[in-house]
Amino acid sequence: MPEEPRPRIDITVDGAAWSVPADCTIAAAFTEHGQVAWRRTRRGARPRGLNCGIGVCFDCLVTVNGMPGIRACLAEARPGDVICTEEGSGFGDQGS
Amino acid sequence: MSSGRTYDVVVVGAGIVGSACAYFLARAGLTVAVVERGTVASGTTGAGEGNILLSDKEPGPELELARLSNRLWRELGAELGPAAELEPKGGLVVAAGPEQRKPLDAFAAAQAAAGVQTRRVSADELPELEPHLAAGLAGGVFYPEDMQVQPMMAAALLLRLARDLGADVHPRTEVTGVQTAAGRVSGVRTSHGALAAGQVVNAAGPWAGELAAMAGRRLPVLPRRGFIVVTEPLPVLIRHKVYTADYVANVASGSAGLETSTVIEGTAGGTILIGASRERVGFDRSSSLRVVGLLAGQAMRLFPVLAEARAIRFYRGFRPYCPDHLPVIGADDRLPGLLHACGHEGAGVGLAPATGQLIAQIATGQAPSLPLGPLRPGRFEELASA
Repeated sequence: MPEEPRPRIDITVDGAAWSVPADCTIAAAFTEHGQVAWRRTRRGARPRGLNCGIGVCFDCLVTVNGMPGIRACLAEARPGDVICTEEGSGFGDQGS
Repeated sequence: MSSGRTYDVVVVGAGIVGSACAYFLARAGLTVAVVERGTVASGTTGAGEGNILLSDKEPGPELELARLSNRLWRELGAELGPAAELEPKGGLVVAAGPEQRKPLDAFAAAQAAAGVQTRRVSADELPELEPHLAAGLAGGVFYPEDMQVQPMMAAALLLRLARDLGADVHPRTEVTGVQTAAGRVSGVRTSHGALAAGQVVNAAGPWAGELAAMAGRRLPVLPRRGFIVVTEPLPVLIRHKVYTADYVANVASGSAGLETSTVIEGTAGGTILIGASRERVGFDRSSSLRVVGLLAGQAMRLFPVLAEARAIRFYRGFRPYCPDHLPVIGADDRLPGLLHACGHEGAGVGLAPATGQLIAQIATGQAPSLPLGPLRPGRFEELASA
């Protein structure tokens, strides 16, 4: 029996409309879109994305529906999510 | 590793104290090897907050050591560069209620008489210094000379400077014995071979008693466990090191049971560190949600804004505790060539440069910059036989 195609959902990432697999993590959504970095470090503005992948390192943080500091590797993408990549701490301080 | 070479000094331990000793010894022109069982700063140094405090020291030998060290840190800060994250941010000790106000003022007055800069802060002035402090506190004392450093980076950078001056650093190398010849130290045996040396510095932190025992000496250094809770990185909410006046009493206590006080500071990386607990439970590394919960609760009472912050992890470490709360710095009384630089309890980062300078002065036969009497290793035996 052929496998059912996995359902997809729509989310917004930095203002762009993305179609991503339902029930995937936000990190997986980025990865599927070929984007490996989605945060800049607080000092030095170096790129960060998936590192440990299991919720320990706090490197893959994104802002989800206005809430900064969400671990993309643990958070599932939900229909309609508005996701923003982060600069600095993600709390609007833009690093220093 | 056995090279046939004889070093002037082998330093045991690459925490902040061993690293500072290696740096000052190399700067004095001695040949130095550092041996470390784990990796740089993998013990107590990597499990603290990096405090360089005068505020918690009562007048006496530890305060004098801290004042010397504070001056040396300021010089080292420029030499180590911005990666050490040395921040002269100042410390604020708050009185939770009127009953803490008087003893805190008396403590600060005695410190001021001993040369510490202090500034009395009224309850009304607290929000200027720390806008997010809870309401209803009874004021405090501000200590502008208190500083903070990233302790792991500082240790690594000190070792790098020592290496630039010719020191050899051997991580993952465990000392298994102290060698003697003709009644004095002649080197150490390690998991990777022997190292010959004229002098050995015991900078093994809470394990310094074990190293002393290998040399047939007794040092009553015991581990005193502490936990620290770490928040997610946040914009600057807390500007200084802030702690409650009961911290000083907890540090000075001899109790083996759990004691906690509220000690909070931000870091250059944006995280906020929440301490402090003290308990004597040996080298038990197991987690204690009870302690972590207590620390988090106290922190939220002092800074209600922290209730909204997310904790991302906690860690624990072991302070090298001596029964009289003073470090052990000096030549061993009975075994020539053995020097001790240990027992700094929770103040090792702050006291490291002065310790390194004193050890280098002892190792080269110079007069020490401070009287070492109260810190001498033999004091425990005198107590025992008294």
